[in-house]
Amino acid sequence: MSRIPLVPENVEPLPSIGESEGLLSWVGSIDHKQIGIMYIIATLVYFLIGGLEAILMRIQLAHPNSSFISPEIFNQLFTMHGTTMIFFVVMPFLIGVGVYLVPLMIGARDMAFPRLNALSFWLFLFGGLLLYYSFFTQSGAPDVGWFAYAPLSEKPFSLNNGPTYWAIGLLASGIGSIASGLNNIVTILTLRTPGMTMRRLPLFVWMILVTSFLLIFVIPIITAAFFMLLLDRLFEANFFNPASGGSAILYQHFFWGFGHPEVYILVLPAFGIISEVIPVFSRKPIFGYEFVAASTVAIGLLSLGVWAHHMFAVGLGNVTNAYFSLASMLIAIPTGVKVLNWVATMWNGKLRFYNPMLFAVAFIIEFVIGGLTGVAVASVPIDWQATDSYFVVAHLHYALFGGSLFAIFAGVYYWFPKITGRMLSECLGRWHFWLTVIGFNFTFLIQHILGLVGMPRRVYTYPDMPYWGTMNLISTIGALILGISVLIFVWNVIVSLRNGDPAGDNPWNAWTLEWATTSPPPVFNFDRVPPVRGRRPLWDLAHPDMPDEK
Amino acid sequence: MEKLGGVFNASSPEMTAMAGLTLYMIAIAVVIFVIIAASVTYIIIRYRKRSGDESEPYQDFGSTTVEIIWTVIPTIIVAILFFLTVKTMYAVDPPKGDREPDIVIIGHQWWWELYYPKSRVLTANELHIPVGEKWLARLESVDVIHDFWVPELFRKIDLVPGHPNYIWLVTGKPGIYLGACAEFCGLQHANMRIRVIAETRDEFDAWQLGQLKIPTTPTDGEAAKGAELFQDRACMNCHYISGTAAAARIGPSLTHFSTRQTIGAGVLENTPENLKGWLLNPNAYKPGSLMPNMKLSDLEADQIVAYLEALK
Repeated sequence: MSRIPLVPENVEPLPSIGESEGLLSWVGSIDHKQIGIMYIIATLVYFLIGGLEAILMRIQLAHPNSSFISPEIFNQLFTMHGTTMIFFVVMPFLIGVGVYLVPLMIGARDMAFPRLNALSFWLFLFGGLLLYYSFFTQSGAPDVGWFAYAPLSEKPFSLNNGPTYWAIGLLASGIGSIASGLNNIVTILTLRTPGMTMRRLPLFVWMILVTSFLLIFVIPIITAAFFMLLLDRLFEANFFNPASGGSAILYQHFFWGFGHPEVYILVLPAFGIISEVIPVFSRKPIFGYEFVAASTVAIGLLSLGVWAHHMFAVGLGNVTNAYFSLASMLIAIPTGVKVLNWVATMWNGKLRFYNPMLFAVAFIIEFVIGGLTGVAVASVPIDWQATDSYFVVAHLHYALFGGSLFAIFAGVYYWFPKITGRMLSECLGRWHFWLTVIGFNFTFLIQHILGLVGMPRRVYTYPDMPYWGTMNLISTIGALILGISVLIFVWNVIVSLRNGDPAGDNPWNAWTLEWATTSPPPVFNFDRVPPVRGRRPLWDLAHPDMPDEK
Repeated sequence: MEKLGGVFNASSPEMTAMAGLTLYMIAIAVVIFVIIAASVTYIIIRYRKRSGDESEPYQDFGSTTVEIIWTVIPTIIVAILFFLTVKTMYAVDPPKGDREPDIVIIGHQWWWELYYPKSRVLTANELHIPVGEKWLARLESVDVIHDFWVPELFRKIDLVPGHPNYIWLVTGKPGIYLGACAEFCGLQHANMRIRVIAETRDEFDAWQLGQLKIPTTPTDGEAAKGAELFQDRACMNCHYISGTAAAARIGPSLTHFSTRQTIGAGVLENTPENLKGWLLNPNAYKPGSLMPNMKLSDLEADQIVAYLEALK
């Protein structure tokens, strides 16, 4: 009997850029850098759409009893805004940056499974396009909120096809995310350059690794729920339809069983970006590397057991609520450790305030607010007032905008020179930074108060209660400032791509391996990977007299 | 200056406890935030790179002692907060035992059905309750998930189809308190409002007695024609009026409609003009309302208004 090889030998050469020019070289690419760039461009487009949706909502809410937008459209807007920002902006951006950087940071040639990598990207892109196609159908876009609670999302109550598009679009991109998670794990565990032990792994890569495990643990949960919802909607399976014996609460367990770890999927890679940027611009190694890495693992594990803190008003009983309250509060501890480590890294440093560092420092401040309000809503009686109010809207935006998005901007300013070979304009960057900080806090700080005085979220209009109009108007003005800041950012990217200063290999004098190659890196990434004898290979190269590890 | 509502105007013992915990938590959060923000500000000023200084700072890799200290301190804060959480949670929501509910609150897209099982009063959107008495509410939904929220009085609780919930209702002082549905429930989620009318026991008894009376059906004039139209024009297929053939509970009970303050779960004040406008086209005031436009003529609308206004 002849032996059948476990993995067939690949006889054809892998396609790569340089073989052909133009669009085809991108569409057909399996190069991790090209795929990473495509992720980033696609998420930028989705970001502009999602941002426009937010601004339209804020204009409608600027005054009480306004009729700028009909309730049908408003409900579609907030559903699409949430879905877009979470599934088609922050998550794929962080995956995309990871895909671009992980092989470079660990000194590898590409991802472990380059074709799977391309599949992940195209599933994400077309999942989003399918979702947005619903706008052009007769039924319009989904209008059931980004968590599409059953039975509202079931056939008797949503006869239009919006929720079907929603479930199928997210199903497709979710399968891509699972593949990305697997790909990252195998890449990080098997393709590290000699000397790059797990204890020397850049913290960004550590956080991508933990995030990838979360992806493969929790995306299957929501994938199952999407299938069940589709079976309900298309074939009357009645999993989640109480009128026919299903359970509305079961859907919530599925959704948040995925949905809360998802929050950490959105924020852990952001922590990774911050953990790279702050040391480089403070000119010091990260304070407490082991603690930052270990606290990431702790957050990842804890995040799997806290989902029902989104369900304190569902009526699960005090014992269940108490458990989920404690588990959620515990996450504050490893998160706090991280924040303090970043602050301690800056202590005694020589801080250089280029744009990546500006966004990183602002991230610390804004994210601390989001973290503290997170502890507040983890307390059951506080949540009995705050949940489903504007307080939660404020909280989640401080975590995901003040947190993830500020870190994303820090990352963009930091790695843009590596990816494009050109520097972003510092001057435009400063305008972008300050307008973002001002606009963001104007928009969302006041929403904490709005929630505490009783404004529910997801309302297309509201009665003229004392101060509600004024507070909403302030929030809307903030949103418009944010809109301007985003336009400046886009302008900066366009102008700098053409006329930015040449970056050179290592404009920030950073220490991780991606800065050892050219900007942009060649197809094969490295002529020669520098020796890795510590956590900061390029520091060791520059300071042979005082290496990190003796 | 008008007063802020919500947690800033806690008007029941439960809400006072929840608001107290909320403000306590905010105070802790502000202190922690100020400490971190002040440290960062100090560091930004103190350790900014001076121009001309291109040397690298001292390379410091961390300290296990420091890490242990700043792990233990937040752990203590979390422990205290968790203790307060559990204490407040059981204070606000003690077990109901085998007590029967005093009020049943039933969520509909997009209005509230209110049923008093002990007196069998059936009404909608305006919850009368005697001040100071501890009532048990049972919450249900006939369609999607809703959430009962009166910010100044009670905790939030979902109305889940197939999963009845119970909460305690206690009010502190007489007054009218506004609330709304807090769980997104479809097109008119924003206009699913409720008002709680907290009154003295005597006032409540008088109101309840009034609600129990079977209203007399008008026998002459416009109102009598309106009563006939109500039966003929399919109004009775959805609405309930005690003492008549109208017995459906799809829409709100109209038995003592003229005693209510609002129309359409809080979208309009209950005046004859508003009622007429509502009857002629509910969608003009509440787009997507499940009450259809019955294509009434102007005269027919006037007659039905006269009938409903006579339901005292």
